Amino acid sequence: MTAIVVTVTSGKGGVGKTTAVANIAMALALHGQKVTCIDGDIGLRNLDVILGLENRIVYDLVDVIEGRCRLRQAMIRDKRLPELYLIPAAQTRDKTAVSPSDMVRLCDELRTEVDWILIDSPAGIERGFKNAIAAADRVLVMTNPEVSAVRDADRVIGLLDADEKGPAALVINRLNPIMVRRGDMLSVEDVLDLLAVELVGVIPEDENVVVASNRGQPLVLEAKSKAGQAFQNIARRLLGENVPFLDLDSQNVFQRLLGRK
Amino acid sequence: MMNFLFGRKKSANNAKERLQLVLIHDRTDLTPAQLESLKDELIEIISHYVEIDTSAVTIKLAQDGREQRLLANIPLRSGGRRRGR
Repeated sequence: MTAIVVTVTSGKGGVGKTTAVANIAMALALHGQKVTCIDGDIGLRNLDVILGLENRIVYDLVDVIEGRCRLRQAMIRDKRLPELYLIPAAQTRDKTAVSPSDMVRLCDELRTEVDWILIDSPAGIERGFKNAIAAADRVLVMTNPEVSAVRDADRVIGLLDADEKGPAALVINRLNPIMVRRGDMLSVEDVLDLLAVELVGVIPEDENVVVASNRGQPLVLEAKSKAGQAFQNIARRLLGENVPFLDLDSQNVFQRLLGRK
Repeated sequence: MMNFLFGRKKSANNAKERLQLVLIHDRTDLTPAQLESLKDELIEIISHYVEIDTSAVTIKLAQDGREQRLLANIPLRSGGRRRGR
């Protein structure tokens, strides 16, 4: 096995990186892939609670790097999917506890054991971001259709190019089709015009994301959720499938009957 | 409909136009003021060789995919070459 290392990053905080990592990791595991996700947000860990694994943490990323435990001991096995693991971030340390070369070494050790390594990057463009992209084979840049998030995504895409980690692939999260149709939200096409990068996913805004995080049960486990389907589709695209983008046009039944486009 | 009645631009268009400018300046690290002084210096240098219509000179940054381009439009005065001297 030689794992592919995928880092999810964004520049701006709060756009949905952790949710995306949890869901894509789970979707890949549902496809029979062996997956390890790593929480790169040292000091502000959250991937554990989104995955519902917070009570199982014994060792963390910094423990592995500083030699207090073996890699295997820090890998928490998911309770639902036996091929999914989490390496949690340390909560009482900061980003300087890890260096980019530590991450490369750790991922090299992991590569032979799994198919996919997903790294949840912290917000920002400093040390934590550099650690998170150091070992990446592919980088997904997450944004929301809002000016601040798009601007920060552009900065990050530029930094990835300069660091020869590009070309980045884009995930647009929290798209509200009703607002787009009303002309009050940047559309997928607008964002692609501005950022000029490849698109790998569009996630509609979905209340279920909050419900899922309340429960620690990622959305992909629920077939009905549109956001869950969109995350499933990203996983399939990562696996090389050619999956059409979801039809997010929010026309209701009446509009369809009236034949409005 | 409201936008049509009040002649107001949709906010998404607003966002896109503002971002287009912001991103160009972020990517090039050139402020509008620096661009203006670049233009003045360019006019000065070119004027050493040909006579140009300084009031009609435009210089702007344009986006082509992820590449930025500096577009200068420098109309020459009729005749082009300086006479006399």
